[in-house]
Amino acid sequence: MAAEREPPPLGEARQPELEELEDGEDLFTSTVSTLESSPSSPEPASLPTEDISTNSNGPKTAEIILDDDREDLFAATEEVSLDSPEREPILSPDPTPAITPVTPTTLVTPRMESKSITAPVIFDRSREEIEEEANGDVFDIEINVSDPEKVGDGMNAYMAYRVTTKTSLSMFHKNEFSVKRRFSDFLGLHSKLATKYLHVGYIVPPAPEKSIVGMTKVKVGKEDSSSTEFVEKRRAALERYLQRTVKHPTLLQDPDLRQFLESSELPRAVNTQALSGAGILRMVNKAADAVNKMTIKMNESDAWFEEKQQQFENLDQQLRKLHASVEALVCHRKELSANTAAFAKSAAMLGNSEDHTALSRALSQLAEVEEKIDQLHQEQAFADFYVFSELLGDYIRLIAAVKGVLDHRMKCWQKWQDAQVTLQKKREAEAKLQLANKPDKLQQAKDEIKEWETKVQQGERDFEQISKTIRKEVGRFEKERVKDFKTVIIKYLESLVQTQQQLIKYWEAFLPEAKAIA
Amino acid sequence: MEEPLEMPPGEESKPCSLSEELATDPSLQVEISDAVSERDKVKFTVQTKSSLPHFTRPALSVVRQHEDFVWLHDTFSENDEYAGIIIPPAPPRPDFEASREKLQRLGEGNSTLTREEFAKMKQELEGEYLAIFKKTVAMHEVFLQRLAAHPVLRRDHNFYVFLEYDQDLSVRGKNRKELLGGFFRNIVKSADEALITGVSGLKEVDEFFEHERTFLLEYHARVRDTCLKADRVMRSHKSLAEDYIPISVALGSLGTQEVRQLQTSFLKLAELFERLRKLEGRVASDEDLKLSDLLKYYMRDSQAAKDLLYRRLRALADYENANKALDRARMRNKEVKPAEAHQQLCCQRFEQLSASAKQELTDFKSRRISAFRKNLIELAELELKHAKVSGTPRNLAPLPGAHPPPC
Repeated sequence: MAAEREPPPLGEARQPELEELEDGEDLFTSTVSTLESSPSSPEPASLPTEDISTNSNGPKTAEIILDDDREDLFAATEEVSLDSPEREPILSPDPTPAITPVTPTTLVTPRMESKSITAPVIFDRSREEIEEEANGDVFDIEINVSDPEKVGDGMNAYMAYRVTTKTSLSMFHKNEFSVKRRFSDFLGLHSKLATKYLHVGYIVPPAPEKSIVGMTKVKVGKEDSSSTEFVEKRRAALERYLQRTVKHPTLLQDPDLRQFLESSELPRAVNTQALSGAGILRMVNKAADAVNKMTIKMNESDAWFEEKQQQFENLDQQLRKLHASVEALVCHRKELSANTAAFAKSAAMLGNSEDHTALSRALSQLAEVEEKIDQLHQEQAFADFYVFSELLGDYIRLIAAVKGVLDHRMKCWQKWQDAQVTLQKKREAEAKLQLANKPDKLQQAKDEIKEWETKVQQGERDFEQISKTIRKEVGRFEKERVKDFKTVIIKYLESLVQTQQQLIKYWEAFLPEAKAIA
Repeated sequence: MEEPLEMPPGEESKPCSLSEELATDPSLQVEISDAVSERDKVKFTVQTKSSLPHFTRPALSVVRQHEDFVWLHDTFSENDEYAGIIIPPAPPRPDFEASREKLQRLGEGNSTLTREEFAKMKQELEGEYLAIFKKTVAMHEVFLQRLAAHPVLRRDHNFYVFLEYDQDLSVRGKNRKELLGGFFRNIVKSADEALITGVSGLKEVDEFFEHERTFLLEYHARVRDTCLKADRVMRSHKSLAEDYIPISVALGSLGTQEVRQLQTSFLKLAELFERLRKLEGRVASDEDLKLSDLLKYYMRDSQAAKDLLYRRLRALADYENANKALDRARMRNKEVKPAEAHQQLCCQRFEQLSASAKQELTDFKSRRISAFRKNLIELAELELKHAKVSGTPRNLAPLPGAHPPPC
């Protein structure tokens, strides 16, 4: 690892798409123009209406919308898009068509018409693929991360995980395939997706965190339970990460994601290392962002965003608190399990030394009961952690991503405002030149004004675009969140109840033994 | 007959009495009717009802402190007349330190707790304090009641003084010299025991005692170990109960603030955690009373039994030495009579001790078995009761989307 750490020159480390996006605005305009010329008449009618409703999100969707009703001061377009997460979230910078009633079936029609693609990577998408996804296959993709395997020795060692994909989506070459990936590959994937999508308002699921301590233990070869636990924790986190990422309809289309899942050889993501040039750049950018955030004072004209900002802030705080408490619970339950096991052993020894036969037997039985209870505690601790605690941790990070996206919107707004200010200045300069009567400079001034007028328009469009995307994204996010939490809470409740019922069984079995002591 | 006290959780503060047999012995009934905790002292009100002639009144009531109990115990254990009896172990010193500290820390305005959390923590800690209080009362009471039930010990003069003398006994706590003295005595005792059994080659002739000795040595060590481990388990349960507090509160507040679809889920989970908290608290206190206390008591009692064996062994050694001295006297034909008398005395003493010890040890065994039986049954019943209350499926059924749990 150390050998490969020469920081690549900043320019080369970037992905090609990123460079394109540097002149973001131009790309957008050109994209829009090329694609808008080509939308043939959509075939929405051919899409059977059942497809939407077979989607498990169907009935719930309506619920969410009704809730958001009061918060949604926006045009009903957003409700349209909320309802069809399985369609690729096609952004329409143009004013959207008139809205038809918000029912799943009728959605299909308006959506197709207003399609135009801005994310540059969707160029190669063919119509059939879009339709096929709309057929309700979109979530027919299952990802598993398994078989952690240590590769190499010493400090250069790493864990390789098997990523298995099962899908019927046609955009993949096969229906079932698997590849070997290491942790930095996942980080690299996230980094690519984040650079492409975060700043236009998509909530990109964050990757699991690095852990120097954990990895070092594994590298050094300590074969103890804490390093196996660490590997298992990481494996589960990577699996959840991928599952969340493919659930996102836009990200699913991304070729980088496809490459990650499919291709057997992946170029090593060197710039995910903390001390690489890219890493340092990231840190600098983060710091700069933090400073900027403090100085941007946005005139929030849209109460929806203000409300959402507040809501996510609250949720973040509460989840953090809950997460800390649950982590303490996991720790103490593990302690309880260890203490119970020790007690069981000791009680067994006591039973052995007891010379009264019936009492001796009862004590041995007690020891057995306690051993079984210890098992229960261990399983419960496992559930505490993997079901509950990790969910909370995941959502704390996801909410950070949401906040990041909201910050991008603020930056976008700032850019627009700055453009307006510059335009104003240019206009004033022009006026001055007019009075001073310098015709040659005047022309230049007029050109500049034109240039900045375009920029202002673009800025406004971008801002509206990102706002729209965020609304849709937040809606989708909330829906996912509700589903996630509900499933997890039910599962966790069941585990707790299950534990209690097992306890009842064990003690009921012990009672007659105790009574049998003569 | 004798067993450590049970304290059914949630009952009145009045400590319940020992087994029914003791309570119905009308000739001498002792109980601790009240206890007051002041600063660092606990004052016990000892009430006696007796039909025995040497008490001046049929009903007596005095106030005693922990040191008085210790003094009483020491007079028994230092009294050679009672050498053949298992002296009931003295009650442990009332120790509210830890609990008081916790309450103090809580009250110092720890601002990271919400009001709800604070109230619940306070409730937990107050319950803990009360439980410790009840336990110490029970321990002191058991000590007195065992003395009252023992046919020989109950007639002791110091015991009467303890029960009747209505002034303060003014027993000062042991000063440092006395404490050190006690400490050294213990060392001397173990050394002596080792000497007797090892070097001098004393042969144990009685199989019964040989067996008892081996048994008690091992048993005492094991009980001590199990007691320690049981304590740790109990403390783990307690810390789990404390963990549930912030979780249940956080879930509750999430439940009220969340979107409609998640409200029920969060609130149900919050409710379950609240119930689990109470459960863990009860499990902790039950295990404390039925298991930890039982084991602690028998740790101390088995130590008292070991002490008895040591005393008998000492008497046996004295007897052997007296025999040797008699032989020597006879050989030299000097002072035979006093040697003979001494030897007779030692022989008598040893035989008395042995007979008494045999009885005591047999009683000890039956006491132990019945105590364990009672407590283990009660432990299992309580655990079942609590597990059933908290895991009741019907309380969770209304949760939408949950699978109906197996009934």
